[in-house]
Amino acid sequence: MEIEAETHPLDKYLRTDRIPHIWCPGCGLGTVLNCFLHALEESDIDLKNLAIVSGIGCTGRVAGYLNVDSYHTTHGRAIPFATGLKLANPKLKVVVFSGDGDLFAIGGNHFIHAARRNIDMTVICVNNYNYGMTGGQLGPTTPLEAKTTTSPYGNVEHPFNLCHVAAASGAVYVARWTALHVRRLKESMKEALNKKGFTFIEVIASCPTTYGRRNKMPTGLDTMRYYKEKSVIKHGIDPSEADIEIGGDIIVGKFVDIEKPTFDEILKKLEEKIK
Amino acid sequence: MRKEIKFSGFGGQGIVLMGNIAARASAIYDGKNAIFTPSYGPEARGGAASSNVVISDDEIDYPYVTEPDVLVAMSQEAYEKYAPMLKDGGLLIIDEDLVKLKNGEGKVAKVPATKIAESLGKRIVANIVMLGFFTAVTKLISYEAIKKAVLESVPPKFKELNEEALDKGYERGKKVKDGKNGKMA
Amino acid sequence: MIKFYSGNIACAEGAIAAGCRFFAGYPITPSTEIAEHMALRLPQVGGIFIQMEDELASMAAILGASWGGMKAMTATSGPGLSLMQENIGLGAMTETPCVVVDVQRAGPSTGMPTLIGQADVMQARWGSHGDYEIIALSPSSPQECFDLTIKSFNLAEEYRVPVILLMDESVSHMSEKVIIPPKEKIKIVERKKPKVKPSEYLPFKADDYVPPMACAGEGYAVHVTGLTHDEKGYPQATSPEVQEKLVRRLCDKIRKNERKLRDIEEFEMEDAKLAIVSFGTTARSCKAAVKRARKRGYKVGLIRLRTIWPFADEYFEKIANEIKQFVVVEVNYGQIKLEVERCVGKKVHLLPKMGGEIHKPEEIYKKIKEVYNGN
Repeated sequence: MEIEAETHPLDKYLRTDRIPHIWCPGCGLGTVLNCFLHALEESDIDLKNLAIVSGIGCTGRVAGYLNVDSYHTTHGRAIPFATGLKLANPKLKVVVFSGDGDLFAIGGNHFIHAARRNIDMTVICVNNYNYGMTGGQLGPTTPLEAKTTTSPYGNVEHPFNLCHVAAASGAVYVARWTALHVRRLKESMKEALNKKGFTFIEVIASCPTTYGRRNKMPTGLDTMRYYKEKSVIKHGIDPSEADIEIGGDIIVGKFVDIEKPTFDEILKKLEEKIK
Repeated sequence: MRKEIKFSGFGGQGIVLMGNIAARASAIYDGKNAIFTPSYGPEARGGAASSNVVISDDEIDYPYVTEPDVLVAMSQEAYEKYAPMLKDGGLLIIDEDLVKLKNGEGKVAKVPATKIAESLGKRIVANIVMLGFFTAVTKLISYEAIKKAVLESVPPKFKELNEEALDKGYERGKKVKDGKNGKMA
Repeated sequence: MIKFYSGNIACAEGAIAAGCRFFAGYPITPSTEIAEHMALRLPQVGGIFIQMEDELASMAAILGASWGGMKAMTATSGPGLSLMQENIGLGAMTETPCVVVDVQRAGPSTGMPTLIGQADVMQARWGSHGDYEIIALSPSSPQECFDLTIKSFNLAEEYRVPVILLMDESVSHMSEKVIIPPKEKIKIVERKKPKVKPSEYLPFKADDYVPPMACAGEGYAVHVTGLTHDEKGYPQATSPEVQEKLVRRLCDKIRKNERKLRDIEEFEMEDAKLAIVSFGTTARSCKAAVKRARKRGYKVGLIRLRTIWPFADEYFEKIANEIKQFVVVEVNYGQIKLEVERCVGKKVHLLPKMGGEIHKPEEIYKKIKEVYNGN
């Protein structure tokens, strides 16, 4: 007698033949992906027209697990690839899922320009404060003094405040959560998915294997406890006041939610005009 | 026969347009082979500007002008820079108010192109006056062809002005060619 | 319809005629007029023009647009082509049809931005890392800029590969007669689409080297990755077997079709003892030199490469014995010369030029005499 395995209600969103995923125990990425699947389940998104684009890195692997049209591109170039994809097929809902190094170091220029143009896409940045895939080097979000394999004596660089960068570059929606805030994160994802324009969510997530163990948070649970202790929700705050420092408060919430015509809306109008 | 023509002057005189119109007239309306190559880039913006045309009944292989059969000079600097390139026995055409000849020139045809343009109320059409003159003097391009090419190159409201400029230059050229108004030196 | 176009404008018009409806680019001399003309023309035909923040982004955007279902192009010059290489590699790996126009100027580095070079030949072939094959075509006239741009799109669609149109500054800025055929006379190739249900579709399984392509939004939920991937498109980044099969196919789909892709113009080659090999604008000077030499009784011919990559190995191997001497004329220090030498298995003469101008027919004629008479 064959026993039919019971399927999980969210399996339809996943390429189940690719599970188990490659992420480490205690990594925040599984939680973030889980939130995203719930956000999809609770929104009215046509999966046929959903496209996920990733760059390179641990978060870059998200594209490969989602059972939709998904593009795992080159390091830093997810956003320009997604720009072409979206403009060529405006029916698509395009979501860029990538990491802090991919989106803000090697791909930083593309991020600010896509935000400036207000390309209609949602960018979800999983910020784990370091380059996990390559073994834990410092990145553009590594806090000052944090230890990584390329800052063995402590980081001497000031980090980016991603939400501040996004808001200053012109994003119409900017929110930050940690991997602990699963319900709020899911709600934010739903909002971003349903909003036209360049929407941005930063998710601070644990990386026990390459970041946490060098910074007194050797397990995922330690990091979650830290988030619980330090997170402060401040909706609507000026994101310039939401810098991240070691031991300091982690300010989370929805910071920006404005209306602005998108690139394709303006282009459509122009086309009408010259016809 | 391959004929090489160099139009030259200073930036803002429409030198590049002259070459483009002349080559287009020959290629499209006279049915010959013609190539136009502009001088190009930031180095070409200041000082002497030039544009180059090769006209031939046969296939044109090498596209550039190296020894012009005709040099049109609309500024002193351009004249001094390009006159040494002129082919032996080649024809030099100048705007007589803008170019002072030095010694040892061969065939020269002179026209007060800028003055004629000014008399029409627009100095900017001096290049078209010159094109008319060039057409009549060299006969490398037919009048009908150059006229069509000029008229399709200018905005509708300036068609009349440019046609007049072309004709003034052309008439002047015919007279020079026929030796009625200051022979070709 | 007869037009009087520069090579750059002819290229842009060729793209529109080929069905290109997406252009992403970054201004760079001497290719900029292509972007400018696309900015003017694309909105008139319902297409999209976007000026990106750099060439990295431009190349990524055209790959994205191609997966979004549009025919897409970018245009650049040497320094920009260098920046595009990483995503040209992604294009080759993910088999994304697209056209990259490189209007060659003299390098290395910033070099001579407004003047001709032909030294991107090897970069076009080997510019991205790893083993892959690419198609590159080279026009000698504005007419060919129009025709070969259309051909580039057709080949990109047929072979699912980035096609590089290797123009040069000279051809890009010279204006000449261009005959535009009526729309119905222009042959247009579209990418093969899957005919099976999504559940049966293997996006990277090819029966004849080139798999059918399902774009985003067509219901096939395709996963596309720059990682080594199996026929399903899934990453297999630790399997030498999958790598072997994939890379072999990516290369062989071009290599095994070399004869079909071959596009060579032979001039006065019937009884030639000496062959000039050239491409792009330089080949025009060569033709003038060959005509002159023929008048004086030299048995000289011209082999003009319109397809540069894949290289016509078999063609040159075949004529290696009939032709006593080969002279390669190119505006670089001997890139195609190495290829010809490799194929003909004997020493090949080179008449190089480092850039900034093309050879004058006299120089080539002199070289012909020298080599022919064994001096």
